[in-house]
Amino acid sequence: MQYKTNKLSSVIEWGTLLSTTLIVCFFLIVIIWEIVSKGASSLSWEFISKVPSEGMTKGGILTPIIGTVLLTLITALFAIPFGVCCAIYLNEYAENNWLTRTIRASIRNLSGVPSIIYGLFGLALFVQALQFGTSLIAAGLTLGLLSLPYIITTTEEALKRIPNSTREAALAVGATKFETIKDVVLPSAMSGILTGVVLTLSRAAGETAPILFTGAAFYINGSTGYINQEFMALPYHLYMLSTQHQSIDQVRPIAYGTALVLVIVVFLLNLTAFYIRYKYRKNEN
Amino acid sequence: MKTKLSAENLNISFGDKQVLKNINVSFAEKEITALIGPSGCGKSTLLRSFNRMHDLSPDAHINGILRLEDLDLYAKNVPVTEIRKRIGMVFQKANPFPKSIYENIAYGLKINNLPHDKEVIQKALEEAYLWDEVKNDLKMPATRLSGGQQQRLCIARAVALRPEVILMDEPCSALDPVSTLKIEELIKHLKKKYTIVIVTHNMQQAQRIADKTVFMYLGEVKEEGITSDIFNHPKNEMTSNYINGHFG
Repeated sequence: MQYKTNKLSSVIEWGTLLSTTLIVCFFLIVIIWEIVSKGASSLSWEFISKVPSEGMTKGGILTPIIGTVLLTLITALFAIPFGVCCAIYLNEYAENNWLTRTIRASIRNLSGVPSIIYGLFGLALFVQALQFGTSLIAAGLTLGLLSLPYIITTTEEALKRIPNSTREAALAVGATKFETIKDVVLPSAMSGILTGVVLTLSRAAGETAPILFTGAAFYINGSTGYINQEFMALPYHLYMLSTQHQSIDQVRPIAYGTALVLVIVVFLLNLTAFYIRYKYRKNEN
Repeated sequence: MKTKLSAENLNISFGDKQVLKNINVSFAEKEITALIGPSGCGKSTLLRSFNRMHDLSPDAHINGILRLEDLDLYAKNVPVTEIRKRIGMVFQKANPFPKSIYENIAYGLKINNLPHDKEVIQKALEEAYLWDEVKNDLKMPATRLSGGQQQRLCIARAVALRPEVILMDEPCSALDPVSTLKIEELIKHLKKKYTIVIVTHNMQQAQRIADKTVFMYLGEVKEEGITSDIFNHPKNEMTSNYINGHFG
């Protein structure tokens, strides 16, 4: 009898966990299916290589694609050097005192701040105080600020995983602290750092709120890509086509197509992170 | 015998905890000295004070004089990298760089601005009895070598810099008996050129390879002398208890 109840309860436990997993997967599949089935028909070479035309009811989404790519690039150029250097300082140089702990706690807390707050901050600092205007550079820097805490945290975690014996190995052959970090610690931690960076950037590329007030434009006619001017971005384009356009029903297929492209871009970035991890693991063993 | 390495009135504490108490010890040139004693007696702390590995611990306080011949190792004007070049170290767990076998040897030479052509690398690997096993795989990541090979690579890495002293912190504790014997052979052979100080938990190992033995207990040197004397006629009762396995 005892045996039987045990078996029953283990089946219930197993069943509960499995069904929870299946429900999660179900929603994920529904979302992907919804986007793919409705967006696939509008996906074509023209769609990604032509600029929007006739009040965005025709043409493609080249302008927002260029905008998102450049935006992510600026975010990366700003957030990676600052984030990685900050993490190196915190993990390798900073003494474990109240100041370091306060800095670390503040950074952790920053990653929990809602992205719209970053948008408002970017508006106040970059657009108004620094006089960048609503522009690609202002939005890129705002997204950079949003990305910093994630990059710092993931880089610090990657550095923490490098055992002290690795550092000692370099010091023992006469390397300075900086040489040890540059030649041994960073290369060892590279897969972890890059994975964190790419995942952070893929999250930043899909953000709407921080670019809302800092540079994203409803529509741009003609050439784009100047860092001191407004730009179109995929997430904002999608938001606008789905809720703000005057003929929403007509542009629905374009909206779904845009959503699909955005999902594909984020998926490709995640795939890159996966590839980097795989490549470095292979080199390590 | 000429004294190569010495400590005078050495006291080391980490925070409030005093780990070494008034140590006076010297190591003769081109000899192997074994540091033995129960865990936590301060053997590794003493060993690591010679190449200034404690510089990394902000709470370490070091008092006393440590010398390499006449050079004060903690003098303000002596660069720590120079000391570590002259006093090499092999660690408990083999810690090759995450680089190729070749680069593992070349790295130390490069950062010290020493020649690092293939002949130098080959010579270092030969000296560590590793060349024949790896000569066709120099580009292979060092982490793919076996544990014993990795440890010999670490010895080759230390030897490549032509140090005067090699400190070894339980270099065989993670190895199987065959690899251990190979490393012991290697250590005995290295004695011709280098002064070696080795921390070991293995009494047989100390007897097999060491010329002198230092017994430490609770941060103090209790007895030191010629290895066979220490093991056959210990003067201190504590030493006798330890080497007979009554504690440790």
